[in-house]
Amino acid sequence: MALNGKVPAGNLTEKWTKYRASMPLVAPNNKRRLDIIVVGSGLAGAAAAASLGELGYNVKCFTFHDSPRRAHSIAAQGGINAAKNYRNDGDSTYRLFYDTIKGGDYRAREANVYRLAEVSASIIDQAVAQGVPFAREYGGLLDNRSFGGVQVSRTFYARGQTGQQLLIGAYQSLSRQISLGSVEMYNRHEMLDVVLVDGKARGIIARNLLTGELERHAAHAVVLATGGYGNVFYLSTNAMMCNVTAAWRSVRRGALMANPCFTQIHPTCIPVSGDYQSKLTLMSESLRNDGRVWVPKKQEDAAAIRSGHKNALDIPEEDRDYFLERRYPAFGNLVPRDVASRAAKIACDEGLGVAPTGLAVYLDFSAAIERYGRSKAGVMGLHNPEHKKVIELGQNVVEEKYGNLFAMYEKITGENPYVMPMKIYPAVHYTMGGLWVDYNLETNIPGLFAAGECNFSDHGANRLGASALMQGLADGYFVLPYTIGNFLSNDIRTPKFDPNSAEFLQAEADVKGRIDQLMGVQGKQSVESFHRRLGKIMWEKCGMARNAEGLTAARRQIQELREEFYKDVFVPGSATGDYNPELEKALRVADFFEMGELMVVDALNREESCGGHFREEHQTEEGEALRDDANFAYVAAWAYNGWDTDPVLNKEELVFENVELKSRSYK
Amino acid sequence: MENMHLKLKIWRQGGKFSKKGEFVTYELDNVSEHMSFLEMLDVLNEKLITQREEPVAFEHDCREGICGTCSMVINGHPHGPNAGTTTCQLHMRFFRDGDTITVEPFRAKSFPVVKDLVVERAAFDRIIQAGGFVSINTGQAQDANAIPVSKESATVAFDAAACIGCGACVAACPNASAMLFVSAKVSHLAMLPQGKVEAKRRALAMVKQMDLEGFGNCSNVTACEAECPKEISVENIARLNREYISAAFVYDEKEEKGGGAG
Repeated sequence: MALNGKVPAGNLTEKWTKYRASMPLVAPNNKRRLDIIVVGSGLAGAAAAASLGELGYNVKCFTFHDSPRRAHSIAAQGGINAAKNYRNDGDSTYRLFYDTIKGGDYRAREANVYRLAEVSASIIDQAVAQGVPFAREYGGLLDNRSFGGVQVSRTFYARGQTGQQLLIGAYQSLSRQISLGSVEMYNRHEMLDVVLVDGKARGIIARNLLTGELERHAAHAVVLATGGYGNVFYLSTNAMMCNVTAAWRSVRRGALMANPCFTQIHPTCIPVSGDYQSKLTLMSESLRNDGRVWVPKKQEDAAAIRSGHKNALDIPEEDRDYFLERRYPAFGNLVPRDVASRAAKIACDEGLGVAPTGLAVYLDFSAAIERYGRSKAGVMGLHNPEHKKVIELGQNVVEEKYGNLFAMYEKITGENPYVMPMKIYPAVHYTMGGLWVDYNLETNIPGLFAAGECNFSDHGANRLGASALMQGLADGYFVLPYTIGNFLSNDIRTPKFDPNSAEFLQAEADVKGRIDQLMGVQGKQSVESFHRRLGKIMWEKCGMARNAEGLTAARRQIQELREEFYKDVFVPGSATGDYNPELEKALRVADFFEMGELMVVDALNREESCGGHFREEHQTEEGEALRDDANFAYVAAWAYNGWDTDPVLNKEELVFENVELKSRSYK
Repeated sequence: MENMHLKLKIWRQGGKFSKKGEFVTYELDNVSEHMSFLEMLDVLNEKLITQREEPVAFEHDCREGICGTCSMVINGHPHGPNAGTTTCQLHMRFFRDGDTITVEPFRAKSFPVVKDLVVERAAFDRIIQAGGFVSINTGQAQDANAIPVSKESATVAFDAAACIGCGACVAACPNASAMLFVSAKVSHLAMLPQGKVEAKRRALAMVKQMDLEGFGNCSNVTACEAECPKEISVENIARLNREYISAAFVYDEKEEKGGGAG
């Protein structure tokens, strides 16, 4: 299939402005006749539903949570990027665009990324007007901080709870539209299929999670804002209910899944402590502004720490290896996530890890505490202060900046990070891959749109910190509400779709068939146990480092595990008349098997290393990722037609007219 | 400690258990102090599933203390005995070998039990829908730095905005009042110039909806503040009362009627 990204002609800097000015519009009286389904109520979904409701469309918004305020966007900590240049440090739309393209290792579409940078400033304006309490300076204006992979300060933040505050802003706008009647909200409803009429997306099948009933909902267009698929790894920083089902069911109806192997492993998470572990907790990237990452230089010191005979404070300065500062002097501890994660893995592979499992490195704030303490003492006019006083003052400054993160670390680990360095290790955090969309955010199924993390569009092979919130809100507030008009302007005379038509009844029957199959197995093993085993295969063979041998084995193991699942899974309770979280999980895990296999297929196909995708066969002598632009500067968009045939690869060649493809260096 | 033995008295309601609900006692071995409370319940559920019994239904999602989904009363305290901690962030190192732990759902007329430990909190959404927002559309905003906001006001607003909407305040209150939740939203928006414009209308509308939902009155017990996992202050309630009383005297509902802005 030839893929057309529908990028408008013209100069990069004028594409969006000109396109927006020439798009067909839908008049207010016609908007009232048009129905739109939005699935998901995170940043992208809530922003889109609210904005579309404000425009006058009839919107139905679905979430599987008990309230639209709970989506996982809420857990984003560090911040949101915007090219405001409030710091006067040389930032600009072009620089944000360039950093994002480079950060993504040149595997994203130029025009989409430029548009993202262009609308970024409006997001901050919008959020402030909604009452989002961003951090401010004493002059009353907004504060900024730095994030990985950039050399300017363009990250706006609300303590360590930026995602929460932005989501509540979007939720409040959504709530206002619900009260005005322009959005009808369906809580505790999970989308289990998309319904196509004459090849276009015209509705969904949703399951009421309280009653188990299947419902048919029709509309003129469907917007998916259903997040990423990181939970295919079982252990990740994602919330427990995050899943791929809505996106995957669309793939099973013909949508293409783009770059599924591009997953982000975040370097600073609290390490795994035991087999019962259900999720991993992120420590914000903002901590790398002040924290220094290190391991002992000597293996015997590392071994002594692992066995409890020594601790971090016993290792003298000269026996510590600050490996990010050593390897990447220009960016130091603020290298991008993929680079920092791989460096930590290498250190642990060399036997220098500092947790009993061998899988942890230190994130140390002692230098920052001392530096801030001296500066504060100076401000207070204390000459030659005692060391103890300096540390006390410094700890207060660090507490002001990161107090909630330090408290969270102590709650989980029982260790005080003001005294003892944090132990951290990389964990799955975000998925850059997702549904293939064109410049309009429309999938290859007409009328089916994808916004936020569930599409593949803007981050290439690696996402920069504080860019997920930016993209979710850009898509939801400032892109989709315009571009959906392109599709709907052809439907102004199309009457409402009938949810009792043959297409809807068939889709509902298909969903019921899947549920009956899972309920009918009545095997011996829990859903959770299968999910853990799938996750282990994915993490070991399709995680931070991948090779052909491991990936080939992983594909076979996933297929075998999938077969075992359909023969031996036990789903208790009943499918209808009751609230049954085990059945919800079973439906999601069933789709993770297929998605996981596709990720492995994509990782095998991409014979290069780029961003979060590191193929051991393709690296420089120094162990850095080795891209192959001649053969792989394309988006791999896969069609999936069931278990018995191989997924089919479609390519969208990436054309770079405005940036020169360079080897990505942070040295 | 790695091998704690616990006795769990858990509220079961609906499904195979009675519609009215009942406590059922379970014994659990090999509980590690590093587990979170919810991971301990995962282990119990895995055991129940293996024995082909119905697992305990409980709500949870982010497991990092921010989404507000988890909702249970542990030994009489919403979110358990630790101050400033959600259930998902409560770790087993705060319990001792041999402990009996009682686990119940949040109890309030306005939060009906769905099943076991799961309750319905949509009443909170309806209170926000009544007025817990700033009435602006996408694209109408001016430059973010056009209106300076003092650091102090921003800090107070943030402290209130930290509410995660979990409902522990209601569960903690002998009257099942929602005043802490409502006042946190009213304060958050009223402290910022962007939200100040419609502060009076907001306070009236949200309080009216709170009453319609059947939440009780505030009698200054302040258990809400003590149990709030985000340590939201009851000072917000005082602020709401001031806003409400002045609004009730000054605000003319008729402003809402007529031709609107045309």
